[in-house]
Amino acid sequence: MTIFNPFRALGRGVLSLLRSIGAIAIFAGLTVRAVIGPFFAGQFVQQLVRIGFLSLPVVGLTALFTGAALALNIYVGGERFNAESFVPNIVALGIVRELGPVIAALMLAGRVSSGIAAEIGAMRATEQIDALHTLTIDPMRYLVVPRVLAGIVVLPMLVLVADVIGVFGGFLVGVTTLEFDPTVYVRNSADILERWDVVSGLIKAAVFGFLLTLMGCYHGYRAQGGAQGVGRAATHAVVSAAMLIFAANFILTSLFV
Amino acid sequence: MAAPVKIAWKNVTKRFGSKTVLDGLSLDAHEGKSLVIIGGSGTGKSVTIKTALGLIAPDKGVVEIDGRAVRPEDPSDPGLDQIGMLFQSGALFDSLTIWENIAFKLLKAGRMKRPEARARAIEALEQVDLEPDVANRATRELSGGMLKRASLARAIVTKPAILFFDEPTTGLDPVTADVINRLILRQVKSLGATAVTITHDMASMRMIADEVAMIEHGKIRWRGGLDGIEDCADPAVCAFVHGRSADE
Ligand SMILES: Nc1ncnc2c1ncn2[C@@H]1O[C@H](COP(=O)(O)OP(=O)(O)OP(=O)(O)O)[C@@H](O)[C@H]1O
Ligand SMILES: [Mg+2]
Repeated sequence: MTIFNPFRALGRGVLSLLRSIGAIAIFAGLTVRAVIGPFFAGQFVQQLVRIGFLSLPVVGLTALFTGAALALNIYVGGERFNAESFVPNIVALGIVRELGPVIAALMLAGRVSSGIAAEIGAMRATEQIDALHTLTIDPMRYLVVPRVLAGIVVLPMLVLVADVIGVFGGFLVGVTTLEFDPTVYVRNSADILERWDVVSGLIKAAVFGFLLTLMGCYHGYRAQGGAQGVGRAATHAVVSAAMLIFAANFILTSLFV
Repeated sequence: MAAPVKIAWKNVTKRFGSKTVLDGLSLDAHEGKSLVIIGGSGTGKSVTIKTALGLIAPDKGVVEIDGRAVRPEDPSDPGLDQIGMLFQSGALFDSLTIWENIAFKLLKAGRMKRPEARARAIEALEQVDLEPDVANRATRELSGGMLKRASLARAIVTKPAILFFDEPTTGLDPVTADVINRLILRQVKSLGATAVTITHDMASMRMIADEVAMIEHGKIRWRGGLDGIEDCADPAVCAFVHGRSADE
């Protein structure tokens, strides 16, 4: 007879977490090592389009609504201190430093990490990764490196777009429902922002881009057991990418303040 | 045996979890010969080939090609350059067209120009009895037997010195199977390749084998020429070849 032992369960959990962290670190190391050597430019460009360009609608729409909602909330809060005139400044700062990168990255965790995990996982299940190996092409170089590099390159671009659209969402609400003067709104948004606000957001974006593509590749690469395994890989990719994005966001933010 | 040893499995052991799949398996494939591996389903035939490709690392023992140990999990192993492999599942890349699949190594590793590589791919398609108009199709547009032949074309297109075929005639009609058997024979007899073929197709075995090895419980149960099989040298082998279960 076995009795549920909370200490054992906790110990198991901690051990398996440590094992995962170790395995991910090794995979990241192998990825970095594979950057050196033959480069598959065609694959890279294809991933730029898939990860970047095709994500524009999703990222743009979420940024628009977030900026709009943020403006409303800040207005409500600001009113209590007679500080509602700060709406443009705080929306701009909030979007550029925090919400632009985080929201774009989370959307891409849903859209891209899962897609990569499913694709690479299916290739694992159907021996296509083994086939690459026997055709003397390093699967890390051919599959993983182009995706991860594309993530690092493309996320800052997407976040720049998200920043602009997010601020614009706040502007729309500001001038329509909150009765701000358009020129004042734009000037206040622009004046508050310093170069570092934008740059720090873009650095975050690059790190998130690395993490979310790496998680897709890692879980896809290790997928086993047919369709079920592929599904599991996609789920794990999204969850772990999102968690890493939140953790990295906190660490980077505390470094950047 | 006059021909030198091309591939040598030396005491190879491989476990998956608690299951021992290969149990000290030793086997030689001789240069310019056709070795056929037979054995029950799930006895480790595919795993045996995968250890020679470095796809599966043995727990014990070593596989040597030309006397050099195969480096597991290393696609830059120079030994792989001379190998063509047909996977049991086909394993074509579904993101590419048929001809891009066949010409993959020529394009990526050989840096051949696309028109030239395409011409080579179509040549290989003809060898496996597929029409040239298959070249531009996606993998999902082909039947199982056509996919198998397309992956066979991918295995032979670089004219490799070593060929591994994992069930090349499974799922093919008898006429097409005959074409494939002749193709394998030609690779060995005319081009001097070393072929290792896994098959459950006894007619195919009789046609292409210089030598036969039967795997049982992760070891080589018997090996010898076709005459040994006809003479019933080992009753178990004899029963297997004639499709009788062992207790008869
Ligand atoms: N990657 C793997 N992980 C775990 N078990 C494996 C793996 N590859 C093979 N096996 C197991 O090893 C055993 C031998 O598999 P293998 O594919 O070599 O069989 P086979 O002789 O080729 O059979 P068949 O004739 O049906 O193709 C099987 O029990 C299989 O479940
Ligand atoms: Mg098999």
